[in-house]
Order: sequence, then structure tokens, then C-alpha cells
Amino acid sequence: MKAALLSRDDILRVLDEVMDPEVPVLSVVELGIVRDVVVQGQGVTVVITPTYSGCPAMRVIEEDIVAALAARGIDPVRIQTVYAPAWTTDWLGEGAKRKLEAYGIAPPGPVSSDHVVSITRRAAPARPRCPYCQSSDTEVRSEFGSTACKSICFCNACQQPFEQFKEI
Amino acid sequence: MTAQLDAAARSLVFEYLLRLGDDRLVLGHRLSEWCGHAPILEEDIALANIALDLIGHANLLLTLAGATEGKGRDADALAYFREAVEYRNALLVELPKGDFAVTIVRQFFFSVFALHQWSALQGSAQADLAGIAAKALKETKYHVRHTAGWMLKLGDGTPESHARAQRAVDDLWRYTGELFLADDVDRAVSEQRLGVDPSQLAESWRAHVLDVLERATLTVPESAWMQRGGREGRHTEHLGHLLAEMQIVARSFPGASW
Repeated sequence: MKAALLSRDDILRVLDEVMDPEVPVLSVVELGIVRDVVVQGQGVTVVITPTYSGCPAMRVIEEDIVAALAARGIDPVRIQTVYAPAWTTDWLGEGAKRKLEAYGIAPPGPVSSDHVVSITRRAAPARPRCPYCQSSDTEVRSEFGSTACKSICFCNACQQPFEQFKEI
Repeated sequence: MTAQLDAAARSLVFEYLLRLGDDRLVLGHRLSEWCGHAPILEEDIALANIALDLIGHANLLLTLAGATEGKGRDADALAYFREAVEYRNALLVELPKGDFAVTIVRQFFFSVFALHQWSALQGSAQADLAGIAAKALKETKYHVRHTAGWMLKLGDGTPESHARAQRAVDDLWRYTGELFLADDVDRAVSEQRLGVDPSQLAESWRAHVLDVLERATLTVPESAWMQRGGREGRHTEHLGHLLAEMQIVARSFPGASW
């Protein structure tokens, strides 16, 4: 296959099949990790931004991107990491949020631009909707969960613990 | 941006970035000692997450420091192959983790410091540093909220939790002054709008911390004497032990990858 036949849009479609290793229903494009694609002759530069500074999945994501494009005959693939603008869950579209909920992870709400860090004895007052029974009678048990991007929640209606993709 | 700095400016920015990076690396490592040992599972996960964020910030800062230095050192070279005297972290972050109250009070003091520091660094003329700051600031807000919530619960909690939190504040307070000491490096990077003079963060930090302490029924010691030395490489005995544990694998098997 001639790599030169693949346009920027073609490559974005390939990358839309590269799933996040921790949240395998969302692609790296849907998550907003892929910021740009630059086609240069036979090679491609994929510009990415990390979700969290310490996210251990980023290395795997880079390898998966290179492998997916190499499988289409694209070589070399260069990964360029940028930090500005900082990644935000506001980049997740409505489709991505629906996929998250269907997968059992409550989607993030809008990010507050409020600089003041509110302090309460209990975690954030925001009540994510339970992805299992859709009840809003829920609570955030901890703003830190199984991965950097998720919080631990509990649904009082169906008595199930669940995770939320937290706003950032 | 980095390429445009002359040799003298490079050296200053390198030193400044080491201070920023070493604070996070050492504190992140200290905090990771709780992994598997925290009082409840949710807290174990939270402390490990915060430690991971801090080590992530350290990785970004030390990578940038190495690139600024221009001698081919990456973040791993700076983390694993420097001696204690070459570390530039404040003494506060290298102290042993202590009990849960010591850990939380230290983490709260540092998180508020980091919040104000990152906030100011968003305006750095060093574009990479400004980008890192904007990103780290978002994560640090979570750290502040988490630790401040614990300050209220411990301080305004049971007689036992209050006593332990107050003792931790009394013991750690003398280490907070060093965070705001400014020397020629800080003043120079501040004048060039590359970094932020830490002494300019002292007032907002103090107001923020005292507000929470008051609500937590905790007080600060009257003594104004402050410990110092870390920024010049004069550390407590504790840093050497921490580095020995952190660096042993990399030094035993140089160049190993896994």
C-alpha cells in the first residue's frame, strides 16, 4: 500500500480506531488526545497531548498510534507531545459521553472556570447521574479513583458503586 | 524559546527548574510510600493518584530542565544520577511521611503553595513552562480540595485527630518559610518573566492556609524561626535514605529498560 495515498482525514479515521487502553470505548481522537496530524511525504507526525501529567497509559497510547499507522504502511510515524492548550474533558463530544455512560462510567459535567478551590468536608457536591439506573441520588465517595481520570461514586437508588470521568 | 536563551540565562533557568522539579519528585516519592498502607482503601488510591500527578509534574519539569541545560541529560539522568547535595528541593518535602496527620498537613501546605505557584507560572515567557503550569494547575486544584477537606476533618474532628493535626502543624510550620525564600536565581528568572519569585507567593499562601486552619480549629506556632538549606543542597539526613531507595535499581543496572 502506498502511504502517500492516505490523506490527513484518512489518518484521523485510522486513529479513531485506536482505543484508550483504560477506557476502551473511546478512541484517542474522541478523547482529544490527538491534536493534529501532519502528513510529510511518506511519513506522518501525530501531535498529541497527555490527559494527566502522570498518566501511565500515555506510553502505551503512543505505541498503539505508531502500530496502527505502521499496519497501514506508514513509516516513519513521529509523535510530538504538546502541553498547551491543556487537555480538558470539555473536548469530549456528546457522542463520546453517551459511549462512556453506556460503558458504565458516568460522563463528566462541564468544567468550572472558577479559580477558587471550594473546600468542604465531603467531596464535590456535584451529583453524577448513575450510569446503571439513571438516578441522581448519588454521591462522590472520592475524587480519586482507579485511574487518574476517574472518581469513585455510589448510587443510593440502586446501591451500586460506579465511576465518573471527572471534570478537568 | 529555550534555544534563544544565552548561556547565563540557561544556567539560571536550569537551576530554577531543578527546584520546581525536585520538590515534586521528592514529595511524590514520599507520598508513594503510603501505597498499600493508607487507613482506608479510598485514601490509599487518592494518595497514590496525587503521588503519580506529582511524579508526572517532576518528569515534565526535569525533562525541560535537561533540555535547557543542553548537556544531554533527560529526566531519568537527573532523577537517578544526582547525589543528595545536588538536589534542590525544599526540606519540607523530604521529611519522613510520619503519621497520617503529618502526611496530610505537609501535603496541604505544599498543595496550596503549588496552586499559587502554578497559577503565576501560567504567565511565564518560557512557553513550555507556561503550558506545563496550566496543565498542572488543574490537577493541583484536586490536591488542594482533597487535603483541605482532610484538614477540616482531622482538625475539627475527634480529640485524637485534632491533637495529631495540631502537632503536625507545630512540627512542620518551621519548614514552610523556605518555600518563599528568594535568591539571585529566583530574582533573575522573575525579572526576565521566565519564572516567579517565590517571595511574592508568601502572602496569598498564608491567607489561604490560615483560612483553612482557622476553620479546622488549628493554630500556627508563634515562633517565626524558619529552617532552610534545601535549595542550596544542604539537606536533612532523610533525603539520602529516600534517594538510596529511589535510585538503587537505576544505579545497579545502568541503561536497563523494561
